[in-house]
Amino acid sequence: MAGMPTETLRALLVDAFPDATELAVEDRTGTGDHFQVTVASSRFQGLSLLDQHRLVNEALAAPLADGTIHELRIKTKGTA
Amino acid sequence: MNELNAKIKQVIEGEDVALFMKGTPQMVMCGNSLRALEALRSAGAPVTAVDILPDPAIRQELSALSGWPTIPQVFVRGELVGGADIVEELAESGELEQTLAEKLGPDYRDSRDEKTVAVV
Repeated sequence: MAGMPTETLRALLVDAFPDATELAVEDRTGTGDHFQVTVASSRFQGLSLLDQHRLVNEALAAPLADGTIHELRIKTKGTA
Repeated sequence: MNELNAKIKQVIEGEDVALFMKGTPQMVMCGNSLRALEALRSAGAPVTAVDILPDPAIRQELSALSGWPTIPQVFVRGELVGGADIVEELAESGELEQTLAEKLGPDYRDSRDEKTVAVV
């Protein structure tokens, strides 16, 4: 299966977190399927870590469901 | 409800700490599963591990039940705690130990035993 460019992931995250003050996507293995994403957004404010990660998973639901993303590491930060 | 679904539910609801992972604690097959396992060990959690690799249906049923798309998945007393990143972060901040003490009692470390159960 062909990998996914970081730009595609980034676009999905920008859609879901338009107010993000920090948004980084790293292709950890250079193969387009193991990613580390970092998002700082006001949407996370007041949410548990579980619900924060749920929002990121939801934003990336399609590539997670079809197996394009083999591994996803998430770091979230709530902003005021 | 099918048999596999029922077995997964039984583990989630019946075990104090359930870790659905790739491989077993003796032979971990994925870096993230290892991270979750080590975080749980560092908190002294009594881990019941389930290897999801023997049948792709395990992962499908599990994700349908939990609403969580990735592996590993950690549950404490039936409640989803999260994946490797969350469990690691909670272990580092000390919140994981707090949660375990609240849900399992302050002496939860005494009951520590690591075991593996099969669902297929």
